[in-house]
Amino acid sequence: MTHPSSSADQAGHAASQRPQTLFEKIWQQHEVKAATADHPAVLYIDLHLIHEVTSPQAFDELRKRGLPVRRPDRCVATMDHSTPSLPADAEGDFPFVDDLARQQVRKLEENCRDFGIELFDLDSEHQGIVHVIGPELGATQPGKTIVCGDSHTSTHGAFGALAFGIGTSEVGHVMATQCLLQHRPKTTAIEMTGRLQPGVSAKDLILALIAQIGVGGGTGQVFEYRGEAVRALSMDERMTLCNMSIEAGARAGLVAPDEKTFAYLKGRPMAPQGEAWDQAVARWRDLVSDEGAVFDRVVTLDASKVQPMITFGTHPGMGMAIDDAVPAEIHGESTAKALDYMKFEAGESLLGKKVDVVFIGSCTNSRINDLREAAAVFRDRKVAPGVRTLVVPGSKKIKTMAEAEGLDQIFRAAGAEWREASCSMCIAMNGDQVGPGQLAVSTSNRNFEGRQGKGSRTLLAGPATAAAAAVTGVVCDARRLGGN
Amino acid sequence: MEVFQRISSHTAVLEQANIDTDQIIPARFLKITDKQGLGENAFYDWRYDEKGELNPDCRLNQAPFNTAQVLVAGDNFACGSSREHAPWALLGMGFRAVVSTRIADIFSNNALKNGLLPVVVPAAFHAKLIAAPGTSVSIDLESQTITLAEDGESVGFSIDSFARYCMLHGIDHLDFLLQQEAAIQAYEETAV
Repeated sequence: MTHPSSSADQAGHAASQRPQTLFEKIWQQHEVKAATADHPAVLYIDLHLIHEVTSPQAFDELRKRGLPVRRPDRCVATMDHSTPSLPADAEGDFPFVDDLARQQVRKLEENCRDFGIELFDLDSEHQGIVHVIGPELGATQPGKTIVCGDSHTSTHGAFGALAFGIGTSEVGHVMATQCLLQHRPKTTAIEMTGRLQPGVSAKDLILALIAQIGVGGGTGQVFEYRGEAVRALSMDERMTLCNMSIEAGARAGLVAPDEKTFAYLKGRPMAPQGEAWDQAVARWRDLVSDEGAVFDRVVTLDASKVQPMITFGTHPGMGMAIDDAVPAEIHGESTAKALDYMKFEAGESLLGKKVDVVFIGSCTNSRINDLREAAAVFRDRKVAPGVRTLVVPGSKKIKTMAEAEGLDQIFRAAGAEWREASCSMCIAMNGDQVGPGQLAVSTSNRNFEGRQGKGSRTLLAGPATAAAAAVTGVVCDARRLGGN
Repeated sequence: MEVFQRISSHTAVLEQANIDTDQIIPARFLKITDKQGLGENAFYDWRYDEKGELNPDCRLNQAPFNTAQVLVAGDNFACGSSREHAPWALLGMGFRAVVSTRIADIFSNNALKNGLLPVVVPAAFHAKLIAAPGTSVSIDLESQTITLAEDGESVGFSIDSFARYCMLHGIDHLDFLLQQEAAIQAYEETAV
């Protein structure tokens, strides 16, 4: 861009030299129109992930207006929420929980066909939870803007992409225009110092952060996770971290890309190839917050002090170290109502509480790293009598990978159910659910009342803690089980 | 989108904090492919008993709260899932505005596109509303004020100017975006 005068030139130069956060860089690169007094910024969206639950009304809106999907090449669709976690029968029929679920999935097939969108359906080797397959396909890339009608879109921030959940109206906006009207969020640096101790996972880290800042603590903000603890995490672990940013109310979570990010993406089907790969990596290397960049807020957490975590209440901010006593209040607010629902008493320990269900899966903890962590606990052990245990891989690819490693044999030998890729018991739409009053230890992301089925009582934890609960039948610290 | 200029209504109150969208509309009701029936199923696990009968103890089922157009809720309302079914369900119940001290981002975005007004008020004013379920309020979007009928106390709230303009005139945000086609094309030609 040329400027009419030298003073404007200098001003432009000064602006470009100002240290920027990673978020600012991505935002600036995607502004089709900057915000004015009359309208928010028009932000270009590079990748639109679509699933069966939040898209049908948006497709209908396009039909009503006679509009096409503007860039079907920027859409990736799959089915995950309403899909069964059991395989098809001999005739190839899938055991949907009811006709509504079957129709919803059919509707997505029809919509993708009509609008020319690539769909990874139940017969595709790439099908899986939308936030698991995006990275797996290499569609998720540093510097991209990524949206989906799903709040856990924040997962993709692990790659240094600006990724956030939207509602169905906005799904329609992106379909029709590839753009969204967006207010610029504030930025928060989450400085995670030190290193996680052995036996402490990325899930524990994010639960500790949410317990610290609260479920509304990130409202209006984009988090950038930084520091030694974050650099040390694998890509799978960074996804777990970013995934639950929304549980603190944040719009998105970001981790600056590095060699681990590039190594993960290299050679994936939708990642750039050959010369384009080298050019992309060169561009991606600039996607870091500049030295001296100013964040609106800084939060610090010492990762070396984090213990295995568990939630005790009815939102993800009600978390504590697994051997702590249940608090009577958090963030100055009484926990009485939540404890009444959970049938816990303030001051008691959850260690030794009898567990009915264990769920290992969801977009938070269903990747190969999570399955390995759980399998290490299940190896040569049995699921305790009376505990129903579901292990649900995040994608077909992960299922295949786990089976190649023999992890499925470990789960089956222990007495756990090894299922097909789906959201399954996290959102309990497909028939996989926790019964009324039952206590579940779950690697998912939400412990809201009834989230896993009406009357269900959910304890959120990492894969090792969940597996330890399965084999002992009670809430326990996986580190105390000893090696096997 | 339905025009929203000013409403006067008594309130319904749900004082608890962190009411999540799974409470507003449980996930098992998300298998629909349209927007039908969400009002009846809103707050299902609170409003209905084991047999699926209306629970008379739930305040949302009691007069006059069951005809309120304004829902006053505890802090951090509508956190959790991005489901637009949540504002559709609240509109289906007859609500036109929700009032809290903090409202989750995605829900606010969704609500504003459907003519449901998210009103964030200071804690002291909120406490008065919580303490007086059923009290009458008027909400004026043009002046961005909410006023208690009883004593005339009024506080301001803030809605971004674009969303306010659209709601006041019943304009769909998509119409605005569709007019940006030239700029979008220009962006696509230059962007990497």
